[in-house]
Amino acid sequence: MPKDGSPEILTTTVDAISNWARKNSLWPLPFGTSCCGIEMMAVLSSDYDMSRFGAEVVRFSPRQADLIICAGTITLKMAPVLKNIYEQMAEPKWVMAFGVCTSSGGIYNAYPVLQGIDTIIPVDVYIPGCPPSPEGVIHGLMQLQKRIQTGEYSRASRARGRELGPLASRGGQKT
Amino acid sequence: MSANQLEAHVAKLQEALGGMLVRLERDRQNVPIFWVKREQVIDALRAAKETNGLEYHFLSDLTAYDDTDGEDEAQGRFVVVYQLYSPQGKTRIRFKTRAADGVSVPTATVLWAAANWAEREVFDLLGVKFDGHPDLRRILLDVRWQGHPLRKDYHWRKYQLFNDPEPIPEHLLKEE
Repeated sequence: MPKDGSPEILTTTVDAISNWARKNSLWPLPFGTSCCGIEMMAVLSSDYDMSRFGAEVVRFSPRQADLIICAGTITLKMAPVLKNIYEQMAEPKWVMAFGVCTSSGGIYNAYPVLQGIDTIIPVDVYIPGCPPSPEGVIHGLMQLQKRIQTGEYSRASRARGRELGPLASRGGQKT
Repeated sequence: MSANQLEAHVAKLQEALGGMLVRLERDRQNVPIFWVKREQVIDALRAAKETNGLEYHFLSDLTAYDDTDGEDEAQGRFVVVYQLYSPQGKTRIRFKTRAADGVSVPTATVLWAAANWAEREVFDLLGVKFDGHPDLRRILLDVRWQGHPLRKDYHWRKYQLFNDPEPIPEHLLKEE
């Protein structure tokens, strides 16, 4: 407050500050279900080091995480578990679909595998590759950070998540 | 050495099986395939396991396939396959038996405890039942799953997605 008692004007918005704080302190939940999980470990460890982007505090509890990194094939049996874990995360929350299996089912176009996690939870960023290279993951993370800063992306994906409806009515193409 | 030993084993096993052997085949790697009747499969496996000098102690795999539209479909739609390995001779043999839809096959858990989960997998994916199995439940798929996906009449993209995770079996919730 200025010494003469005149009202102070904040030259930015609170949103911009909180978004800036959020994008630089993403706490990821590693949901590694298969081989992509190994590549995720490579991104998190010293060679590529995701902590340079503020995402080094890996939390194994959904209640303490902001970003779920879904790395690996999601089987139909795992799908309700993933949905439960996603719902346990506190807002604001983001989802990274890591690799083709998570994004679209990948090569597993058959009865046991979910054809993309975006059929059950809203996804903020897709990273292609089988598995994706660590550089690709870092690129995806930086894209996500840009979108967290603008704030648009998370609102759009939340709205889409509400449209998805209950699980059993979906589940990819039937026959 | 191994090839000669295998031939000696085959001759010996043919003698031990006697009338139980329906047909003897070879696959492309020259692995002998002993076709036996469903009712006699445990006796045949026991002969391979316990006859002196054969000692096929190791059940390396137990699986099955759906032979719909095969040449011998009339004798039973499913073929249950037993892969045996002899650690002494370092040789492999294979047993096969046929089972029609809804017909039970005697369980191999009386010979190998390792057959337990393998038979559960066969039951889960093909719906072949095993007589005398201690715990014949689904092992891979959700317990609420309808049908058996490795059957040829099951559409390969027929998804079954459930709202909630698989319920925990009641016997696991009980305190001992």
